[in-house]
Amino acid sequence: MNGLVMVALGGMAGALSRFGVQKIMPQTFLPAATLSVNLLGSFLLGWIVGQGIHGNLYLFAATGYMGAFTTFSTLNVDLVKLINNKQSKPVVVYVISTYIGGLICAAAGLFLGKI
Amino acid sequence: MVYLGVGLGGMLGSLLRYLVSLSTNNILNIGFPMGTLIANLAGSLFLGWFTARIVERSKLNPVLMATIGTGLTGSFTTFSTFSLETLLMIEKGSIGLAVFYVLLSAVGGLLLAAAGYKLGAEPGREAGK
Repeated sequence: MNGLVMVALGGMAGALSRFGVQKIMPQTFLPAATLSVNLLGSFLLGWIVGQGIHGNLYLFAATGYMGAFTTFSTLNVDLVKLINNKQSKPVVVYVISTYIGGLICAAAGLFLGKI
Repeated sequence: MVYLGVGLGGMLGSLLRYLVSLSTNNILNIGFPMGTLIANLAGSLFLGWFTARIVERSKLNPVLMATIGTGLTGSFTTFSTFSLETLLMIEKGSIGLAVFYVLLSAVGGLLLAAAGYKLGAEPGREAGK
């Protein structure tokens, strides 16, 4: 029961933070806000796991907060919109920077968290 | 008001994702992140439909649209867990499984979002004829 409360509170904070980033970041030729939260969130989740955080704090910060701060559905719907508008260059740049960048950020976070 | 909605949606979406991953771990404990995959694919399909059918036609109160789209669906799906799970598979030497997971998530998520979007856009096109 306690775990569910942790996930819920973290999820609330994570969603609000993502919403805040979307409000302040302009949409340039790429969906910059979604890219930013996804890369930053991957880095921070790597760091949390590298630190060996577990239990209720993990459920709050990792499962709840970082899980909700980052998003996969918006990424794909933004891609669909770009494809529908025949913007092939942003599609390629967005896909590569998200997936490769996400892996690199998670690896960097994990590495730094273990130090 | 919109912040309250996004916060509540985020709460619910995260809880649902957690429950999906708990239940899939209990049913098939095969070392493959089924829970994240299911949440990400289902969320992409739904958000595609929701965007075309509801958001782009302003069919709902803006606060409710942000609650369901940004809050609930945005938080139900996750990218950070996906990245980290892929990284941990690579670190364990399960390269094939990692490639399978990335392709299934990325290609599957995009195709489902496109299918959802198409499904959501369709009735409008007919009505516009």
